Amino acid sequence: MIKPLLVRPKILTPVRFHYCPGCGHGVAHRLVAEVIDELGLREKTVGVASVGCSILIYNYLDLDIQEAAHGRAPAVATGIKRVLPDRFVFTYQGDGDLASIGLAEIVHAAGRGENFTVIFINNANYGMTGGQMAPTTLPGQKTTTSPKGRDVGQAGYPLKMAEILAVLDGPSYITRVAIHNPGAVIKAKKSIRKAFQCQKLGLGFSMVEILAACPTNWGMEPLTALQWLEKEMIKYYPLGVFKDTEMMAPSAAL
Amino acid sequence: MDQVMLKGNEAIGEAALRAGCRYYFGYPITPQSELMEYLARRLPEVGGTFLQAESELAAVNMVYGAAGAGGRAMTSSSGPGISLKQEGISFLASAELPCVIVNVMRGGPGLGTIQPSQGDYTQATRGGGHGDYRLPVLSPVSIQEMVDLVYNSFDMAEQYRTPVILLTDGVLGQMMEPVLLPEEITHEYMKPWITDGCQHRPRRLIKTLYLDSGELESHNLHLQAKFKRLSAKEVRFEGYHLEDAEVLIIAFGICARVGRTAVDHLREKGLRVGLFRPVTLWPFPSASLKEAAERVRHLVTVEMNAGQMLEDVRLALPGREIGFYGRMGGIVVSALEIEVEIMRIMGGNGG
Ligand SMILES: Cc1ncc(C[n+]2csc(CCOP(=O)(O)OP(=O)(O)O)c2C)c(N)n1
Ligand code: SF4
Repeated sequence: MIKPLLVRPKILTPVRFHYCPGCGHGVAHRLVAEVIDELGLREKTVGVASVGCSILIYNYLDLDIQEAAHGRAPAVATGIKRVLPDRFVFTYQGDGDLASIGLAEIVHAAGRGENFTVIFINNANYGMTGGQMAPTTLPGQKTTTSPKGRDVGQAGYPLKMAEILAVLDGPSYITRVAIHNPGAVIKAKKSIRKAFQCQKLGLGFSMVEILAACPTNWGMEPLTALQWLEKEMIKYYPLGVFKDTEMMAPSAAL
Repeated sequence: MDQVMLKGNEAIGEAALRAGCRYYFGYPITPQSELMEYLARRLPEVGGTFLQAESELAAVNMVYGAAGAGGRAMTSSSGPGISLKQEGISFLASAELPCVIVNVMRGGPGLGTIQPSQGDYTQATRGGGHGDYRLPVLSPVSIQEMVDLVYNSFDMAEQYRTPVILLTDGVLGQMMEPVLLPEEITHEYMKPWITDGCQHRPRRLIKTLYLDSGELESHNLHLQAKFKRLSAKEVRFEGYHLEDAEVLIIAFGICARVGRTAVDHLREKGLRVGLFRPVTLWPFPSASLKEAAERVRHLVTVEMNAGQMLEDVRLALPGREIGFYGRMGGIVVSALEIEVEIMRIMGGNGG
């Protein structure tokens, strides 16, 4: 029998993504879907959709999903998890959502060690509203609201969310990955899997920051965008694990 | 039934607990903090969850998540905090998630004062957040009624799938009175819409985004139909000496309570004064007020604001002349002030 190399994840609904060509959201959705499938969590999972290009995630993942107001996904997830502590809860948030309007919510959910998982897509700008500057926009990066390039003297420096949250005691696992080539994508999936496993062990807040491309608003071809991500974004946002308490857990074997 | 002496804020907490509320999320603000302090102590005793949120925004969104997951949830605040909650309240209304929101009003605008007022009437009765929506708004006049209305609020919230506002003020919140606490009454409502992991069923969504204008309009029409049902079925008011009243005081909450004393005093003097008190501020008891006002010569609205309910009274009684007496600095209207005003009206008009 020929074994297929790739199968469509069961929880990925058979509809076409609305994302632009080369957009990171599609890849990230698929990785989340594969992990939930492989861990057999479909019927135990509640997702929280945030406001941004990915707001329609509920069209793509065959899961129970609540849509949250802009930035408030971690608070909504807190409410869900407090009612249903034995379910898997994850938020899926962009950088405008998580690092700007929802900064208080993410920091406090992390600080409380809320036992849910955050998938954080950092594409260095506001995608949905047309490419404005985000807290994660790189110094010198041009956006519609930093037309001459982000001037750190005027707009300040980008927020490095993985590093910021990793200094807190509540999180169990904080990592930053990228999805600019197949090898990186495989690593990103492992991290998502691990984040869900931390939740399963009840270790507390876990977050995977994913550096992803937004070719449309970066004004680049999809391939050039991936190259820019690799060359420029990773330089500013180093990849790696910033916090991992799983090693110390009583039953780390999963 | 237990009879106990309770502060208004604590009574709301205890009643919520007995009405089956197991999830409270809030952020401290005067004059409602005793409510959250009480639940911080009591909820863990009954296996519930109390969580002090980082802000009112977070608190109301935690309620959103909890309600969507099927929990009976509540939050509370006062003026400035309620303004922050409005974002979440608009989302709750659109997503049709049941919950109870308590506003123990203080004086505004801005930080204003921590003294009681009724300045949030318009905000509460007109929805308060963005978009076209209304919420049931209940206004108690005593600690006992606070307790009773908390039970009703949870029922109404789940029956209609809507947030319900309990609108009270700092006097009632801080005041102590003996109350009869019913045993736990928890009506169970079917919730075939909650998101709790789609075991053996298709997935469910809780959302407020409608990119298709036609779909959004249908959703809005659906909400409006619900508001209409609510308006027809859930109107409540209380009349006091309406039978032969020549002058009618119209007041809600603490002003109605003071108004009752004024009515008693004026009746002792032989003046035929009555009181009309809306218990539901939305839906406003317009038809009943119209009926009560028919045989009355003078009407006066008494409020602790610049005349916010007066607008609803005018809508209910087109063409009628309506007097107004109000204080708006966090100052509680006194019975004597009302009596002087009524005597001025009656005297000035040959009554
Ligand atoms: C309260 C509020 N403010 C602003 C907006 C408009 N808005 C929608 S999406 C968005 C930014 C989304 O950017 P990001 O989180 O980076 O996600 P992306 O679209 O890039 O995936 C903004 C500002 C809103 N919907 N609500
Ligand atoms: S605008 Fe950017 S983030 Fe949004 S779909 Fe297009 S590429 Fe993706």
